[in-house]
Amino acid sequence: MQTTLDLSHYLRSVGKGLVHLDLAVDGINCAGCMAKIERSLSKIPDVVSARVNLTDRRLALEWKAGAIDPSVFVDRLEKLGYKAYPFERAGAETLEAERASSLLRRLGVAAFAAMNVMMLSVPVWSGNAGDMLPEQRDFFHWLSALIVLPAAAYSAQPFFSSAFRALRARSVNMDVPISIGITLALAMSIFETATHAEHAYFDAAIMLVAFLLAGRYLDQNMRRKTRAVAGNLAALKAETATKFVGDGEIVSVPIAAIRPGDMVLLRPGERSAVDGNVISGRSEVDQSLITGETLPKTITVGSPVYAGTLVRTGTLRVRVSAASEATLLSEISRLLENALQSRSRYLRLAERASRLYAPVVHAAALLTMVGWLIAGAGLHDSIVTAIAVLIITCPCALGLAIPAVQTVASGALFSSGVLLNSGEAIERLAAVDHVIFDKTGTLTLPELDVTNAAAIPTDVFTLAGRVALSSRHPVAAAVARAAKASAPLPGFQEEPGQGVHGLLDGLEIRLGRPSYCDAEAEANEILSHDPEASVVAFRQGSSCHVFAVRQRLRADAASVIAALRKQGLSIEIVSGDREPAVRAAAESLGICEWRAEVTPVDKIARIDELGRQGFKVLMVGDGLNDAPALAAAHASISPISATHLSQSVADAVFLGEQLLPIQAAIAISRKAMHLMRQNLWFAVVYNALAVPIAIAGLVTPLIAAAAMSGSSLLVTLNALRARIRTHGAV
Amino acid sequence: MEVLVILVPLALLLGAAGLAGFLWSLKNGQYDDLEGAAWRAIADDDPVESSNG
Repeated sequence: MQTTLDLSHYLRSVGKGLVHLDLAVDGINCAGCMAKIERSLSKIPDVVSARVNLTDRRLALEWKAGAIDPSVFVDRLEKLGYKAYPFERAGAETLEAERASSLLRRLGVAAFAAMNVMMLSVPVWSGNAGDMLPEQRDFFHWLSALIVLPAAAYSAQPFFSSAFRALRARSVNMDVPISIGITLALAMSIFETATHAEHAYFDAAIMLVAFLLAGRYLDQNMRRKTRAVAGNLAALKAETATKFVGDGEIVSVPIAAIRPGDMVLLRPGERSAVDGNVISGRSEVDQSLITGETLPKTITVGSPVYAGTLVRTGTLRVRVSAASEATLLSEISRLLENALQSRSRYLRLAERASRLYAPVVHAAALLTMVGWLIAGAGLHDSIVTAIAVLIITCPCALGLAIPAVQTVASGALFSSGVLLNSGEAIERLAAVDHVIFDKTGTLTLPELDVTNAAAIPTDVFTLAGRVALSSRHPVAAAVARAAKASAPLPGFQEEPGQGVHGLLDGLEIRLGRPSYCDAEAEANEILSHDPEASVVAFRQGSSCHVFAVRQRLRADAASVIAALRKQGLSIEIVSGDREPAVRAAAESLGICEWRAEVTPVDKIARIDELGRQGFKVLMVGDGLNDAPALAAAHASISPISATHLSQSVADAVFLGEQLLPIQAAIAISRKAMHLMRQNLWFAVVYNALAVPIAIAGLVTPLIAAAAMSGSSLLVTLNALRARIRTHGAV
Repeated sequence: MEVLVILVPLALLLGAAGLAGFLWSLKNGQYDDLEGAAWRAIADDDPVESSNG
């Protein structure tokens, strides 16, 4: 039953009779791909534009409405060797992109204003020592004001509004001292200019805004990029459902187009992408992605089906109760809510720094003013000196110190196969000292694998793999995958629930249940060693072999766990699976601390218990049953094969079949955290040097400008060190 | 110093022109794909006559 994919859900009309489609394309990684794709697709008649975005790995297509069936593009890309998936920009991603673009616009305005003001400031600085007339100086100051005041009013808005929000909530954030500093500096400069004084700080004020906006933009751009990658990954999963339209007629539609109440068909080997109830049919299903339980369960009419369930034997007709991630087991969603609340109490390093910073700076400025008054200086001079203290301490370096490191570190994590969900994840990952692994799908690979491949002759294995291609059963699919088979044998047929049979060179070949292949004795022998395995038998004439198929540990699990131990982390397994399976995994990895048959409630209880003992727990898990634990833990990572929900609550997602990214994530985060602290110390040292000069009343606009750009440059360069790979990480 | 009467407005005008250029390029979507743009510059021939805007 071949069904074509219906892309109409993703088409967007853009006016002038044109239609727009966004595709996430897997495999674009160089300029050559970009040129090849654009050239090939724009040759299709009626295509108006085909443009690849190399940063986001996406393709934007526009063509005349009604002229082309969009599946043509997917086919053409397939021929070129790229897999393309339609994708819909999530609301969160659009929002992040808008914010990034607005910050860039403000940064541009501030930077242009700063450059033009510099052009006026440099003559003033050099002229003050030489032959500049006071009238000329005042003229240049007024010109500076003309440029800076509107530019600052526009570009510093993010700081003003954030400071205002914080003050209204009766708290203080980093934007409060920034806003006070900018406002006072500008006000004083206007006053000084009006009274024909020598110094004005327009240049320093607008430069401060520009540097701080650069920090904000870096931070925002990192978030935007993470969202874009996450959006692509969701599209690359290409979740489609086979939907009934009318009586017995089916079409394949993207999950986003499925509505509650729709009827969908689930065939053997398919993973359900929806929650629903079985209307007809009966099947063995694998719910390991949801509960961690690896033994198949039989479901029949009336049973609920959850997204992520793998259908093993029969065909099911399901009425959708909720598409994709809309509903869940109610217990899990309740646990999740509580767990997420507790996480929001975490205070970021920057917030902690600003809580300490604002009072100290403002007290220093006030003391300076009072001190000068007592020492006999005039009111005007005392205020000017106090404001100079505020300008020089304005957290320029502080505003860049953390975002710059986060940006560089998230780039390093990205190339190690780790995607961050939030910037603060780095801080939390760096602090962990205890790791809890889920077993199914985390320590083990989500796909089944043949475990006794070495005991089977290569030619038999290859043949069995080709036979297995004729079956949709997941166990047979595992055999085909393990044998790397790609060419199915002609004339082989599947008997549902039994196996595949056919003739080759006059010999009958069968692959399927042991009873179907008359191989029960061999199968029972394997099962007596390994009761957790699924067996599939293969008979060719009189010779007979039995394959043991089960979820296998990730290839580098043992070495990564040993390396994590070496980094000083304690390891434990907490799984929802049955005891023998968990024990076997724990023993082969040398983990002595393990718990089996743990419910989601008990997983959280275990994390809370460790938290009370002072441990910072990293939870690594993939199942729906892990989601609350992922949210409750201090930090959490999910594999990319995890359920939607687990991925969205985890701090980070890792790609690929290896566990190595987890080790890299911890190593890079620790290094990044170290650099953030170092940068904050740089800022402290800078203040320790600059503040006495300011208090002494010796700061000129030239010193303020030089100190500000110098310290910003220093922390940015230091942040770049986060890119240098830590030993042992990848 | 009468030359300032010409030079200052000229300088301001040039600055404003630069800023306008930047804002235009931003609105035009030229910062949407920095990685791709770097390669487009050295591609043999640009296959598509189009803009992202």
